[in-house]
This record gives sequence, C-alpha cells and structure tokens, in this order.
Amino acid sequence: MSPLLTIMTLLLSIAMIGGAWVAIRSFSLPMAILAAGLVSLLASVMFLILAAPDVAMTEAAIGSGLTTFLFFFVLGRVKGGEDD
Amino acid sequence: MIKRFFVLALLFAMGLLFTDLLLSYTPDTELNSTALYYANHTAKDLGAANIVTAIIVSYRGLDTLGEVTVLFLSAAILVLVLPKGWRRGKRKPRILPSTGELLGTGSHLLVPLILLLGVYLFVNGHLTPGGGFQGGAIIASAALLLLLTNPLQPFSRHLFSVVESIAGLCFVVIGLLGIVYAGGFLDNRLLPIGQLGELFSAGTMPILYSLIGLKVGAEFSSMLINLSETKDS
Repeated sequence: MSPLLTIMTLLLSIAMIGGAWVAIRSFSLPMAILAAGLVSLLASVMFLILAAPDVAMTEAAIGSGLTTFLFFFVLGRVKGGEDD
Repeated sequence: MIKRFFVLALLFAMGLLFTDLLLSYTPDTELNSTALYYANHTAKDLGAANIVTAIIVSYRGLDTLGEVTVLFLSAAILVLVLPKGWRRGKRKPRILPSTGELLGTGSHLLVPLILLLGVYLFVNGHLTPGGGFQGGAIIASAALLLLLTNPLQPFSRHLFSVVESIAGLCFVVIGLLGIVYAGGFLDNRLLPIGQLGELFSAGTMPILYSLIGLKVGAEFSSMLINLSETKDS
C-alpha cells in the first residue's frame, strides 16, 4: 500500500469516526441521519480501497441511498411525537 | 455509578480483545485451500471472469436462492404490516408543493442513465465487479428518484409483481434443469461455456444474474412505493 493511500485511509477512518460521533450526539435528527449516511458513503470508499468493489457498490446504493431515504421517510411520519 | 463502571469495564475488555486481534494479525502470503480451489478452477471449469460471481451464482447458488427468498419475505411482510392507506380514486388527491426545477430536470436526465447503469451491472455480472444485487439496488434508487420528484407517480404495481414472480420462477426452473442436464442444482454448464471474457459466456450465469437483478430491483422498488403510499397520520 502506497503512503498516499495509507494517509487517505487514515483520513477516511477519522472522518468516519467523526461522522458516527455526530450521528450519535447530534440533537437535530435530520443532521444525525445525514451523518449516518455520510458514514456509509465513506465506508463504501473504504471498501473500494480494500479492493472489494462489489461490496462498495452495495454499500453505496443501500447503505447511503435507500437507508437514508427510509430514515427521512419515517422521520416525516412521526413528526409531532418528538417530545414524548 | 456501578452501571457506568460496568460499561467502562466492558468497553475495556472489548478493546483488549481487539488489540490482541490487531497485534497478532499477520497478512496471508498465500491463498488458503478453498480460495486456491476457486482461483484455479473458476475460469477453467465455469468460464466466468469474475470469481465472486461464480461463487455467488454457481458454487453457492443455493445460498443465493435463500437470500432472494429472505428479501421476498421481507417485501411481503412489509405489505402485510403497513396500514392500507391511499388508494387511487378513493381519497381526494393530496395537494403537494411543487418539486422544483432542479430536482425535476435532474431526475429526467438521470433516471434513464441510472437504469442503464443498473442493467449494465447485472448483465455484465460475470465479467466485471457488480451483479444482480447491486444492479437491483441501483434500479430501486432510480425508482426512488422518480418517487422524490413526484410522490403521486402512478407506478404499475401489477408489472412489479409479474416481473418478480416470473424472475423467481425462472431462477428455480433453470436451477432444476441443471440437476437434470448438468452437474447439479444451479450448475451453469447447462449452456456452452464459451470464450472467457465475452458477454455470452459462462453458461447460464448471466441469465441467472439478470433474473436476480430484475427480482431484487422489483422487490426494492415495490417496497419503496408501498412505504410512500402509506396513510398520512
């Protein structure tokens, strides 16, 4: 693995941990959903670097596409029940 | 306090476990025996350039049938569980805010391209990375884009169920024909293997993966459409 690729992998990992932290800690739900989608998107780039393009495609389409839509859809349906 | 200590201790133990895993990790210098078998025999026996596809569709085809069944079951349960909501003509149509120029024009430009990419992925599944599941998910994301542009988009539900049923049936029938005329269930040597690396090669593999792609695409799309048509609470 070339040094450039190693640095990129490290940056991706840090960004993923940061995204996951935002997704857990954020007080705004849309922000948390977007951060979770971002983690999926970065994970798919990571799979590509690790030479698994098949998994990367699935992760990009399902993890960051359809799942984010599903969360936003449910969020739209439960609006109004936010403060318990 | 004691709960927090317990959580910390658990985290520490897990960290210790993973550190041990990381420190004792040595990359393999050669393939293990199963991987070696696949690497040596796939191109010669099955004629597929993509070993992953050969494993998914042919060597482990039965597992793929199970996966497709699980997906089918989840789609069916979704329809069963969701409240029966909006039916065409029964309720007065929802008034929606306009979509916006950017999303409308963008989706008109992108939806055919996304569909084409999905079809390309599952037709070329035996040659390039990708395949039925990826192609199906990409086709479903085209349906999602259409839904986002116009939530009242009239989709033909009948078409989706027909495509899904026929694809599933053909998959099983081709698999069973493999028992009779070739080496076993889902054996791809039902058709001639052909030249390695050409589109029409690897026996029934491209046909099977296209069927999986159509089935997965139809299932995901009908799931999304069913979700978006539920009753507004």
